[in-house]
This record gives sequence, structure tokens and C-alpha cells, in this order.
Amino acid sequence: MTSHIDAPAIVFDHASFRLNGRALVHDLALSVNRGETLVVLGRSGSGKTTSLKLINRLLVPTAGEVRVNGRPTTSWDPIRLRRSIGYVIQDGGLFPHFTVERNIGLVPQIESWPADRVKARVQEMLALVGLSPDLIDRYPQQLSGGQRQRVGVARALAADPPILLLDEPFGALDPITRSEIQKEFRDLQQRMKKTVIFVTHDLREALLLADRVALMEEGRLIVNLPVAEFSHSRAPLVRAYMEAFSAGEPR
Amino acid sequence: MNLWHFLITNRQQVFDLTLEHITLVGLSILFAVLIGIPLGILITRVPQLSKAVLGGANIIQTIPSLALFGFLLPAPWIGERGGRLAVLALTLYALLPLIRNTYAGIRNVDPAVVEAGRAMGLTDRQLLFQVELPLASGVIVAGVRIATVVSVGLATIAAAIGAGGLGEFIFRGLAMVNNQVILAGAVPAAALALSADVGLGALERRLGTLRTRS
Repeated sequence: MTSHIDAPAIVFDHASFRLNGRALVHDLALSVNRGETLVVLGRSGSGKTTSLKLINRLLVPTAGEVRVNGRPTTSWDPIRLRRSIGYVIQDGGLFPHFTVERNIGLVPQIESWPADRVKARVQEMLALVGLSPDLIDRYPQQLSGGQRQRVGVARALAADPPILLLDEPFGALDPITRSEIQKEFRDLQQRMKKTVIFVTHDLREALLLADRVALMEEGRLIVNLPVAEFSHSRAPLVRAYMEAFSAGEPR
Repeated sequence: MNLWHFLITNRQQVFDLTLEHITLVGLSILFAVLIGIPLGILITRVPQLSKAVLGGANIIQTIPSLALFGFLLPAPWIGERGGRLAVLALTLYALLPLIRNTYAGIRNVDPAVVEAGRAMGLTDRQLLFQVELPLASGVIVAGVRIATVVSVGLATIAAAIGAGGLGEFIFRGLAMVNNQVILAGAVPAAALALSADVGLGALERRLGTLRTRS
């Protein structure tokens, strides 16, 4: 992946994904630069999760292609591709039968890092996401929602992948924890400078975390703008989001 | 008590037949595990086969046990010894709960967890051994438990084809019209079934709590 160092980290080249005759993603053209945080905003069924899965080849486009580091996902070894991309889902998607330590250390371990290096890396990751080292022997069910989510982020970062995909990661958290963890994530991202694709339906979250916002609706990309311009966009759907958002504000 | 008296005076034979019974059941369950679990895994990977495999195992279950022993009697090598024949028949009966529970156990693993594993770059083999099988283990052990309890009962019939086991007493008692002798076979067989049920039940709960430790 060093050969295409000048290419954007991720390119959707008119990618579509159809399932049973229905276009879940239609002719998506979008690129994400290295170190950039793109937030894909949209409601349920808008195709944002499907788009995310096209990046790590959980799904393969039925038309067009998706390139990661200049190479189509279909020409990558899927295992190698996925191990170079961190993935965080709602509630962490943690393995319920693994302790926090094994969850976080899983990718380094299957990448055959020496055991002491895996251990040190787990400690480092716990510190990074603001969790106490005492938690390493706990099982996911013994953690709070916020702790599970932090473990999910720590696990995704453990092998230091250059790209991070997050699918509504903070959606299941209570508002106070969510707001804390969003700010922590923003600070973390400013230090790490990973290429981040963050999927959400929460406009506030999008505006807080994004460098750029891509708004999707019914499988199509509606707008794709730097965050500063997004809130001033005249696109009707953006206006609708902004109004729904301010309607939720205290008067 | 007459039954106690009978069991004590014939303790050597009771012991031998019980041991024979355990061997018949133990070997059958071992073979059924070795065949049934891989078959169960296979049909989660090649779902087109699931109907045929589960249907086949289902049909075997519907054959009356005495008839199955009879059918297998002419088989070469197997048919020569009652014991071999009994182990084969019991293995066939034990397949369904093992295949079905392995299949259901793996299919019921939370899809989000499996997808997370795949997204992290686990190979199919790593996903199977590190995620799916451990999370399905409680359900798979439940299948072993059902198969074992059923086999303990079925194995009594194997005495009809000379395979030995506690069924010897039962058939002998029937011929002699002697309830005591029947009970000398039935009571230890029931005790075996109960202990297998309790023991495997405990293992199943342990694996279940491993899965959802709280």
C-alpha cells in the first residue's frame, strides 16, 4: 500500500450496491483524503452503513468500484485489507466470551505480535481511550455502555490501522456519556490523524466531529461539503436537517 | 428389599453389564460427536446441504430401533458382533441432536459479533474456532446431553441382538416374567441416564454463563 501514497485514502468511483433489485447505494462518487474525518450523515436506510461495508469489503460493489490506497477492494486480499482498517459498531460489537484484554489484543495477536508486545499495546490503548487498567479481566457484560464503546474504539485502534470506520458508534449511549465520548474522540482524532469515516444520523455529532460532511438519502449522495459550509448549504435536505436540529434546541 | 437383594447378590454381573452399557453409549456418542459436529459446521458453511443433511438425520430417527438393528444385521463386519452393530445404530440415532444443535448454535450467534470479527480480518477458520464454536458450545453440549440420555435408554434394546448391556436383565426378566430382574436392568439404566443428564447439564450451564457472564 506504499505504492499509491499520493492517491486519496478511499475513493468511491461510481460505486453501486444492489440487493434483490433494490439499489441500496446508487452511483456513489466520493473520495476521502488521508487524515481527514468524513462524516456520512443520513437516516436509516439511506445507504450509509452499506457504503461503509463497501470499504472493508464486507460487501463488494455491484457496479463501479471502491479503491483503498489506490487499489480496488476487489484486488485486495480481504483479510489484509480488513486488518488495515479499524471498525467500530454500535455497542462495540465486542466478543462476549473474551475479556477486555483479549478483545483489544485480538488483531495484534492474530497478526502474531509477541505476547509481551500485545500486553503493552492493550495497556497503551486503555490509557488512550481513558479506561482504567483494572478493567482488563472484565467481560463486556460487566462494563457500562460507555466503557464498552471505549473498548470498541481501543480494539479498532490496537493494530494501528491507518483507516478507521465507525458505524453509529455512540448511538446507544445516554446523552451525557455520548457527549463526553464524542469530545474525547474528537481530541483523539486530532492527535492521531487517521483517515476516519464516521456514519451517523445525528447532525450535532456530524458537526462536532467532521472535517467534511456527506449527506445521503435513499442510496444517493445529496451533498458533500466541508463542515463550515455544510450548515449554510441551500440544499433542501440540509435545510430540513438544520430545522429538525434547531427544533430540538431549547427555546 | 428384594431388588436390593438381587442387585447385591449379582453385583459382579450388574457391574459388568453397567460397564458394557457405558461403553456402548460412550463409543456411540464419541463417534456421533466426531461426525455430527463437523457435519453441523459444514451445513452452516454450505447452507444448500442443510435440508438434505438434517432431513437424512431426521429420517434415521424415525426408524424404530429394533427395525434398525435388524436392517444392519446383514452388514459385513458390523453385523458379525452385536456390540459393533449396537454402536453403529446408536451413533446413527445420536447424529440428529448433534448436527441440529451445532447448526442452530452457530446460526444463533449474534450476527453483529460475527460481522465485527469478519470486519477485523479474522479468517473463516479463526472466526469458527475463536468466535462461533465457543459461543455455540452451550447449545452443542445440550445436543450431546440429549443424545446421551436417549442413547442410554435405546442401548437397553441392543441386548436383543446380543450386544449386552443392562438390557440383558430387562429381556431376561421379561422372559422369566420376573419384575425384579427387569428392574435390576431398568433402575441402573435410569440412574445412568440421570447422571449423564445432570453432569452434562452442569457443563452446559457453565458454558452458557461463559457466554453471557454478568
